[in-house]
Amino acid sequence: MSTEEKQLYTVSIYTENNIGLLNRISAIFQRRHINIESINSSVSEIEGVSRFTIVVNLEEKQMKKVIGQIEKQVEVIKAYYHTDDETIYQESCMFKVLSDLLFEERQIQNIIKESNARIVTVNKEFFVIEKSGRKEEIELLYRELKPFGILQFTRSGRISVSKQPMKISEMLEAFNQ
Amino acid sequence: MNTETIKSTEVLAPTTERISGSEAVIKCLLAEGVDILYGYPGGAIMPVYDELYKYQDKLHHVLTRHEQGATHAAQGYARISGKVGVAIATSGPGATNLITGIADAQIDSTPMVCITGQVGSHLLGSDAFQETDIVGISTPVTKWNHQITKASEIPEVFAKAFYIAKSGRPGPVLIDITKDAQFEEFDFSYKKCEGIRSYKPVPDVDFEKVQEAANLINNAKKPMIVWGQGVILGEAENELKAVIEKAGIPAAWTILGASAIPTSHPLNIGMVGMHGNYAPNKLTNECDVLIAIGMRFDDRVTGNLATYAKQAKVIHFEIDPAEVDKNVKTDVAVLGDSKESLAHLLPLLQEKSHPDWHQEFKDLYAIEYEKVIKNDLHPTKEGLTMGEVLKEINIQSKGEAAIVTDVGQHQMIACRYAEFNQTKSNITSGGLGTMGFGLPAAIGAKMAAPEREVVSISGDGGYQMTIQELGTIFQQKAAVKVVVLNNDFLGMVRQWQQLFFDKRYASTEMVNPDFVAIAKGYYLNARKVTKREDLKEAVAEMMASKEAYFLEVCVEKEGNVFPMIPTGASVSDIRLE
Repeated sequence: MSTEEKQLYTVSIYTENNIGLLNRISAIFQRRHINIESINSSVSEIEGVSRFTIVVNLEEKQMKKVIGQIEKQVEVIKAYYHTDDETIYQESCMFKVLSDLLFEERQIQNIIKESNARIVTVNKEFFVIEKSGRKEEIELLYRELKPFGILQFTRSGRISVSKQPMKISEMLEAFNQ
Repeated sequence: MNTETIKSTEVLAPTTERISGSEAVIKCLLAEGVDILYGYPGGAIMPVYDELYKYQDKLHHVLTRHEQGATHAAQGYARISGKVGVAIATSGPGATNLITGIADAQIDSTPMVCITGQVGSHLLGSDAFQETDIVGISTPVTKWNHQITKASEIPEVFAKAFYIAKSGRPGPVLIDITKDAQFEEFDFSYKKCEGIRSYKPVPDVDFEKVQEAANLINNAKKPMIVWGQGVILGEAENELKAVIEKAGIPAAWTILGASAIPTSHPLNIGMVGMHGNYAPNKLTNECDVLIAIGMRFDDRVTGNLATYAKQAKVIHFEIDPAEVDKNVKTDVAVLGDSKESLAHLLPLLQEKSHPDWHQEFKDLYAIEYEKVIKNDLHPTKEGLTMGEVLKEINIQSKGEAAIVTDVGQHQMIACRYAEFNQTKSNITSGGLGTMGFGLPAAIGAKMAAPEREVVSISGDGGYQMTIQELGTIFQQKAAVKVVVLNNDFLGMVRQWQQLFFDKRYASTEMVNPDFVAIAKGYYLNARKVTKREDLKEAVAEMMASKEAYFLEVCVEKEGNVFPMIPTGASVSDIRLE
């Protein structure tokens, strides 16, 4: 068997926007005992076409096979996989913190400023910080805020765009002709 | 539904008519050329059954005795005819009972459309009576599935379902229809589906790849073909025959490829895989170019991949891109429909005969004959062998019968020894290995091809998994010839217990009922054979019967199927005893 190393891949899947497709795609990973590191589903640049962004840790050999299985699904238009070097990617996160801290602990304001996070809302009881960036940056912010007490934390799945063009519109155009 | 996803042309008059969803279901089936469907009624599908009653002169519904039987019958229908098989059931348990057949059709690429009733859309998710998430449950085992909650979706979804089931690499599709959508009236018109923008069923043939394949074949000293069901599904039998004859290539088949080329063809060198023939398994690891056509290198074919055909250049003709390099790394992959690819390959091939290479197959066959085949077909000891029953059926059917098998020892013996003169004659559960497949599949096959002799061969284990379908045979007057090779054991598992578990026969011994009495209970002509001297005459009586006939043959209890490649072993380590 291959001694190839596992690495993170960002899978981008363009699909029709139909009920049940998420189930169909996630089943492909589940059946092969592959853990999904993060998953995001959204609209894409093309009207009526959805885009899944899935991050997995795999050997390239297996990644290729999984892409084949994904593309085989009737309502999948096209699937790609990319290494981190081949994409521009971001994640987003939110922290809920007690409002008192914002005024009592001056350091928090510095942390927010230096991390390029922004305050989404402030009220008497709590305030909410939002930050977009790489996973490591978000993890750093988490570590810095932890000592002050975090009421709630959540991080989104990765979203990414590839450096190379994907040409989905051309593909759909070709079908219409 | 995105209506833009389908390009279509009118097949029926473009005028619309106001009908119920359930009547629309029938009209869709008729528009797709369906003449028979197999199923079982129940609450959530009753509106459709009410329409089936009204349309019974145009559409024949076959009441099976279990929904699993309906799917296998639809599979048998599809496998012998090449048409889409249709099964129908109610919600909840009716729907879940279809799953085994759907999974079987998925792994064996059988075109099938399954229709299930569903609770009313306002009840979805409320744990209503007989509600089950059949779309969720069937997702991993269907090529496509869809739930209809509005009658207006019916024509487009049905058109898409039949197109998807049949095109490219075929497979099962499930349509779930809520009860309110069946009752709802709407303006019906039907357009056949001719394409889906996200789905390319057949990849374009790359002519450079065909040329590369031809170059490898032309320079080969020891080429060998292994073909699979892709040849039958692609109706490429003539093209394959022309290729092997022109290039003089010994050609072996996977279990689902059986019958594409007549058994008697001099270049047909037999079956590959776990219980395949000695020569093609051994020589897989001797050939210099291995040409795989419409097959998927299943683990039962390859044995240990680390030692499979490592010396050979591998060419893979395949319609499904996901199969290329999945199990075996190929040197040249020719994507596309096998009929088209092989037609392009033929003129590029040089005429060859490779006599020395052929001799190697003949020499190994002689060894297999001496060690295995002779004893299977011409036994001298007392007990009847499964092989001699097959031999008798071959002789008396003159190789024209369609052989429908179940799963186990009898299946391996049938595939090894059945003689096939025509294609689409071997109907068996290959990938899933579904016990209970045989009897209902034979019913579907016989109804799809009433002019053909259809012989169902089962073991005593699998037969009892769907034995209730004798009722369907009787009610439909389906003239299936039902053979049970009874060894009072779950023979294949027992064989493994003998070889790999020190003869600890855990739960493999069967205490069987009076099978003849059961068959007679269903008003079938039936007979039991226990002695060699009665076999010929009993088979003759069965073959001469114009009606269904049941024949039980009591065979030796602890017979084994050889050759055998033990799990995880190399194809070259195939055992003869």
